[in-house]
Amino acid sequence: MKREVPLFISMVAGLFVLVGFFVPHPWVRTGYDKIQQWVIIVVAFTYVLGMANLMRLNLEQIQRRARDWPYKIALVLACVATMAVGFHDGSKYLDDGTAFTWVYNNFYSAMSSTMFSLLAFFIASAAFRAFRVRSVEALLLAIAAFILMLGRVPIGNLIHPALPAAADWLMEVPQNAAKRGILMGAALGVMATGFRIILGIERTYGSEGGGG
Amino acid sequence: MKAAAWFFVLFLGILSSTAHAFPLQAADTRNDGGQSITLSWTAPPKPPEQWIVYRAEPGRAFAPIDTIGGDLAGYQDKAEGTHQVQDGTPYQYRLVPLPDDAALRSDVSPAATPSASFFDTAKLNVFIVITIFLVLVLYYIRQSERGKVWSFRSIAGLTAIEEAIGRSTEMGKGVLYIPGVQDIDDIQTIASMIILGNVARMTAKYETPLMVPTPSPAVYTVADEVVKGAYSDVGRIDAYRADQVRYITTEQFAYVAAVNGMMLRDRPAANLLLGAFFAESLLLAETGHEIGAIQIAGTANVHQLPFFVVACDYTLIGEEYYAASAYLSKDAKLLGSLKASDTVKILLIVTIVAGVLLLTFGQPTLAEFFATQ
Repeated sequence: MKREVPLFISMVAGLFVLVGFFVPHPWVRTGYDKIQQWVIIVVAFTYVLGMANLMRLNLEQIQRRARDWPYKIALVLACVATMAVGFHDGSKYLDDGTAFTWVYNNFYSAMSSTMFSLLAFFIASAAFRAFRVRSVEALLLAIAAFILMLGRVPIGNLIHPALPAAADWLMEVPQNAAKRGILMGAALGVMATGFRIILGIERTYGSEGGGG
Repeated sequence: MKAAAWFFVLFLGILSSTAHAFPLQAADTRNDGGQSITLSWTAPPKPPEQWIVYRAEPGRAFAPIDTIGGDLAGYQDKAEGTHQVQDGTPYQYRLVPLPDDAALRSDVSPAATPSASFFDTAKLNVFIVITIFLVLVLYYIRQSERGKVWSFRSIAGLTAIEEAIGRSTEMGKGVLYIPGVQDIDDIQTIASMIILGNVARMTAKYETPLMVPTPSPAVYTVADEVVKGAYSDVGRIDAYRADQVRYITTEQFAYVAAVNGMMLRDRPAANLLLGAFFAESLLLAETGHEIGAIQIAGTANVHQLPFFVVACDYTLIGEEYYAASAYLSKDAKLLGSLKASDTVKILLIVTIVAGVLLLTFGQPTLAEFFATQ
């Protein structure tokens, strides 16, 4: 039963949503929209579980002085303080000028931008490895990247006017063809995964429930 | 009642007494949930600044319901807020220019009655493909139940998952499983949870530490159940630890910072990046590369694939990622669904080639049928 009930619920919900995709009639669509709202409610409850997990793990690590435990204190304090600010601001906590927005813009946004900016350095190191010509494929990749990079900057046009057009052709023809092939394969994979769940043959995400 | 009817006729008479500039079509909006009428007209050569849309229903006079741009050639009257459009009630419409010009007034449209559709015919092409797919899935599942065995090309990335876990076991290090950054309503995350079940069974069997940092509380809840279930299935529930699956944050780069921190502190021997990834893909994969972990990535997000190809040892591309569960479990029924997927792919290739040839020779019917709305 521990496995069959979730599989049955998945099957019914999956079938209903599939039918709702094709049937716009309110008899089906109302239920379809309701299911979407239920998802939001269920997800809202999972936040309680997520926060409980976050707090429990970090407080445990602080208690037993695990590696880098002072950072866990920073995390717990920041989390509690941000929540307190949000609760203090009330339902309009996301409006401009609230303390919560100030915290978000001045702390989180700055730190997030810092993380994102690291991408430039990671791209440089990854590109260095990718463009080492060790095979014919790597040579083709390097040539394509060379044309594309030059074609996308003003100096490319100065070197040769054909470079921007060649870069556009690379993006619009070979790149697009490969991308669409991958996307179509992925779309079939999505359908296959959906059918496996709806038909109840995909059981690897559930438990037999009989282990010891 | 009589007076209202008189007023209606009189008002209609006033409106229709002027020169008829152009006809106005009104029809039930197709493929919708009802309560909507679609108007269409051919815009006059010199359109007015604006149109006032008038509507009449049985027993009532024409009344303005909206003012729209003069350059438009279509309008949808639908129930929104306090605006009512009742299914089963016939409505007539008329357009009056603003500023008023008798020569630019439209005819009164024929009566149109809104109703809800039972099938969205614009999605017929999708319905046909899905139906063929479903029939093939059921057919191949039946074949597999009768003992039919198919052979599939080996996918190096999937074979490498077990090797990577074995390597981690030998090195006495853990496996880091990153399920992407999308929530549980994303099909890639669902596929990732299915693969996680297989991975957790292997790590439970080999007694290899497994770490699953999750980007959403919903994913955390599901992943925790999946891992617990997998450990239970192989009889190793005693080896399951509550801190194996942990909720990090829903914020993209905060999640990256936390996961990169885990990589640098715990130095897992294998990183499995399977799910939906965006700008964080290279930040995670490059950090994993720096710590020397064997990395297997899989995603259907095409724009992130080049980053994974460069920074990871193996990359599951698009459909390979969705096939992972069937490959890893070796379940005959699941492999049957893969066979159906391959057959549909062949059918689609044939259809595309036929569509291209027909279009080349001036016959667009097939291409138009498969055009999405």
